[in-house]
Amino acid sequence: MSGLKYSKDHEWVRVEGDIGTVGISDYAQDQLGDVVYVELPEVGRTVAQNEEAAVVESVKAASEVYAPVSGEVVEVNQVLEDDPALVNGEPTGAGWFLKLRLSAPGELDGLMDEAAYADYVSGLGDD
Amino acid sequence: MSDDAGTDALARTPLFMEHRALGATLVPFAGYAMPVRYPAGIMAEHTHTRSAAGLFDVSHMGQLRLTGDGAVAALERLVPGDIASLAPWAMRYTQFTNEDGGILDDLLVTRSDDGLILVVNASCKDSDIAHLERRLDAGVDLTVLADRGLVALQGPKAAAVLERHAPGCAWLSFMTAGWFTIGGVDALISRSGYTGEDGFEVSLPANETAAFWRRLIAEPEVEPVGLGARDSLRLEAGLCLYGHDIDETTSPVQAGLAWSIGKRRRQEGGFPGAPRIQHELAEGPRRRRVGILPDGRAPAREGTAILNADGDEIGIVTSGGFGPTAGGPVAMGYVAADAAETGRPVSLLVRGKPRPATIVKLPFVPHNYHRG
Repeated sequence: MSGLKYSKDHEWVRVEGDIGTVGISDYAQDQLGDVVYVELPEVGRTVAQNEEAAVVESVKAASEVYAPVSGEVVEVNQVLEDDPALVNGEPTGAGWFLKLRLSAPGELDGLMDEAAYADYVSGLGDD
Repeated sequence: MSDDAGTDALARTPLFMEHRALGATLVPFAGYAMPVRYPAGIMAEHTHTRSAAGLFDVSHMGQLRLTGDGAVAALERLVPGDIASLAPWAMRYTQFTNEDGGILDDLLVTRSDDGLILVVNASCKDSDIAHLERRLDAGVDLTVLADRGLVALQGPKAAAVLERHAPGCAWLSFMTAGWFTIGGVDALISRSGYTGEDGFEVSLPANETAAFWRRLIAEPEVEPVGLGARDSLRLEAGLCLYGHDIDETTSPVQAGLAWSIGKRRRQEGGFPGAPRIQHELAEGPRRRRVGILPDGRAPAREGTAILNADGDEIGIVTSGGFGPTAGGPVAMGYVAADAAETGRPVSLLVRGKPRPATIVKLPFVPHNYHRG
């Protein structure tokens, strides 16, 4: 079992077998502020890497969530429909968005590990 | 990490350093670096304002003074509000209109001892000043009070808190103002605001504003509130945001602001766009601003198309988001007048999908003004 891998758009993926669980990073949830609504894709949909897979809305604005890797959506976190604030509270845990069956596992090599992502974020302003 | 990336070139209010010290996220707004939120976040700031007292920096807004014998008549030539009937230290909400009856800006007018005090939107203040300079008669003097800060304290605990610092201010009723002394400093306090709650706006010299802000922040009932919650509070209160819900293409009648046009002004006219506005008052406008309540949880943002049961576009959302006190998404926008009745089902085209919603009465959260 590996750790989290991050995209430059602040999504993370945790891979177990051929299934990747996807969410948004702690930095991303902090930037968004209070999450009030999450729109999840239909199970069975195929998404390409960097394609819009979900929408997350804060009090202020709507933002796209991009698939950090390509695959087929096999499960979505329906709990978020009633409790979107889980994205703020546990962004890399219970606040996950969706699970993908990876179609191109090689894409993982292009993502950042925890240390590289921490470096990347520290180079960004708060806004 | 910089707290204000991209805001270095912007103007600063007298409270800029206070915002930084409080850990605010600063964003560009109308040419100023302004706090959009503090560490508590928009939801907590919003609910704190509704339950206790929120402190807002509104120093970016324009504070203007008109003096001279003809000041009242001169301003009445630019706005449809009844200014002549204002008693000393009473206030009125009105709009600068253009020749087509569109809105150039909305503003608050206070009758002072020696003239009128105007508070205008930050985003419009330069054009308002140019407009006034062009249109005022000789003998009416416009002074831009650029050396004053402006702070709003809003919420059910606002009066109890401010009374400790400005004894007597709790006697003001909604939409009146007066001079008070706070820690030896003369401050103009009005019982007004833009959250739907009871509250005050306090104008004081720029170099005294930070000290006053810190006095209020030290009060147990008070938390700082940024522009994010200011927006969700005024949206729930059904109040228009210039550049979004009202602009040069919307008339005061379409915007549901006919209440701000006094009887004498309706009859006499004498303000820019009077023929169109009088016609709309008599015959009804072609479209109206309405409240829109989405059925589900998905917010409908500004620009969302409003459809009728046949799927035809009948209007557009001009402000929309999540209402923390309403507990769900809320919106307002314009629809064709024949589709504007309360209770009518409509749909909102959010990300290509029509979603059910209902036309509702504004506000979403009842006003809590102190009518005295």
